[in-house]
This record gives sequence, C-alpha cells and structure tokens, in this order.
Amino acid sequence: MKFAVIVFPGSNCDVDMYHAIKDELKEEAEYVWHDTESLEDYDGILLPGGFSFGDYLRTGSIARFSPVMREVEKAAKAGKPVFGVCNGFQILLEAGLLPGAMHRNESLKFICRHVELKVENNETMFTSAYEKGEVISIPVAHGEGNYYCDEETLAILEQNGQIVFTYNGENPNGSVRNIAGIMNEKGNVLGMMPHPERAVDPLLGGADGLKLFQSILKQWRESHAVNA
Amino acid sequence: MFKVKVYVTLRESVLDPQGTAVKSSLAKMGYEGVEDVRIGKYMELMIEDKGQDIEAAVKDMCGRLLSNPVIEDYRYEIEEGVVS
Repeated sequence: MKFAVIVFPGSNCDVDMYHAIKDELKEEAEYVWHDTESLEDYDGILLPGGFSFGDYLRTGSIARFSPVMREVEKAAKAGKPVFGVCNGFQILLEAGLLPGAMHRNESLKFICRHVELKVENNETMFTSAYEKGEVISIPVAHGEGNYYCDEETLAILEQNGQIVFTYNGENPNGSVRNIAGIMNEKGNVLGMMPHPERAVDPLLGGADGLKLFQSILKQWRESHAVNA
Repeated sequence: MFKVKVYVTLRESVLDPQGTAVKSSLAKMGYEGVEDVRIGKYMELMIEDKGQDIEAAVKDMCGRLLSNPVIEDYRYEIEEGVVS
C-alpha cells in the first residue's frame, strides 16, 4: 500500500508520519508537496500535524486552498482513506471534508502530553484492529484542539457512529462531547487531534497508535484482494 | 480604490476562552461592571475599483476564507473612492 504524506509550508509531523508508515507499518510512503496536482498514484492520503502557513488567520484556513486539496477531495470522494492528524484534522474541517470547527483550548494553553483515548467505534477502516471501548494512550500536542459543532451536527455524528475517539477521563481542551476524533459519514475520512503516528514504537513511549495504521492496511488488502 | 473593513467575531453560541481570560484580568485590575468580553478580528482590504460588484466579492471572501461560518460571524464596511 502506498501512502502520500502531504507536506504544507509549516508542517512538522510529516517525518513522524513517514516513519510510522515506512519503518513500523513497513509499507510505502512518499512526501508530497502541497502544490502537487495529482494523487492518483496513492492508495491512502495522510495529512500530518504542524503549523501550516503559520496558523495565520485560523488553523488550516490557508492550507485548505492549496492545490493538493482539490486532489484530497477527489480521493475522499473516490473512497480512499484520508487521515488528518492535529493540523491535518484542522485542515479537513476548514475544507469541509469533516463537519465542525476548531478553536482555542479552553485553558488557552498549548498542551503536550500523553492522554487516554477511548475507541468509541471500532467498525471503521481506521479502528478495526482495536476493541470497542478499548482505552489507549496517545500523545497530544496542540493549542487549538477544542472541537466545536452545533447540537444538530453533534446529534448526526452520534447517530451515525462518526465519533471514533473520545478523551477518556479528563478532557484536555474542552471539546464538545469529549471528542478527540471524528470521521465523515461515508467512513473514509478521519480527523483526530492526538498523534497515533508518535505512538508506534514501545521504545519511544508506547505503540498504541500502530493498530490504527494496521487497520487501514487490513481494509485496503481485503478490498484489493476482492477487486483483483 | 475601495477600502474594506472586515470585522470577524465569534458566534454568540460559541464560548470565547480568550475573552473570558481578558474579562477576569480586567476585573482583577479593578475595572468594575465589565460583564462580557468577546475577542474578534479586524481586517482592512484595499481593492481596486474595476466597476465590479464589490459587495458580492466581499461577501464571497468573508464566507470562504476571512471567516469560518461554523463558529464566526462577520460584518463589513466599504468605503469608496479611497486614494491609496
């Protein structure tokens, strides 16, 4: 399986993402600059964390208009897995590929530590390797991870099982309904604030994030085998 | 030349953590009766007058980039015939 790691000016978790795919999942990954105009060669699209365009105006608001985003939208429409972490999640929200918006952490502080997440839905292409209700430890590092959506949207998210991860116990940023990660209705676009790509090796503090990438790979292999 | 002033504010239904912090700071400084503080953004755009529908253009800019309609409202003022 071949992944594109999209790199915007100001991305800074691209190397972690590349490492997770290449060295831990042991699949193919390539860095793709944000002005690229085709993603046809890739089976999965990864939007890494960082501070694209310096977080100017609003997080993700400028990156959302990079040429590559038209291709990301196309990939999402085609049903390819699209996964945004942290700033990548913020970009997916600004692009309208996921509902809602992000704003400042309630504490106004940048938080950088491990948090506990609960797997709310394991019947997704991103979480099938986890148990439902499984509690995992994944690091967060953000100043704007306070997810917001109106009540109507929240009801739809809940009803469709689109809330994939919630914070277990303490909510670090004040997000609605303790949301840490959501997916689109179709189930192939996931955005989350915590960084599973930084939790893929016990030597570096934990490997609870690896199953997320293994889930994507498993789903791809299964659908690929059927198609072949 | 048009001079466009754009004001972007958080929707009333959205909590404003920055505003809350500033409000409590003002109270600590001894300013009484400040019941609410909401923090927003102010932008100035200089736009060439080409006989275009300036209002439609500004609305489009506000809706697509300058504000996020999920959490923010905007308003604007347009000054015509400004010499830059």
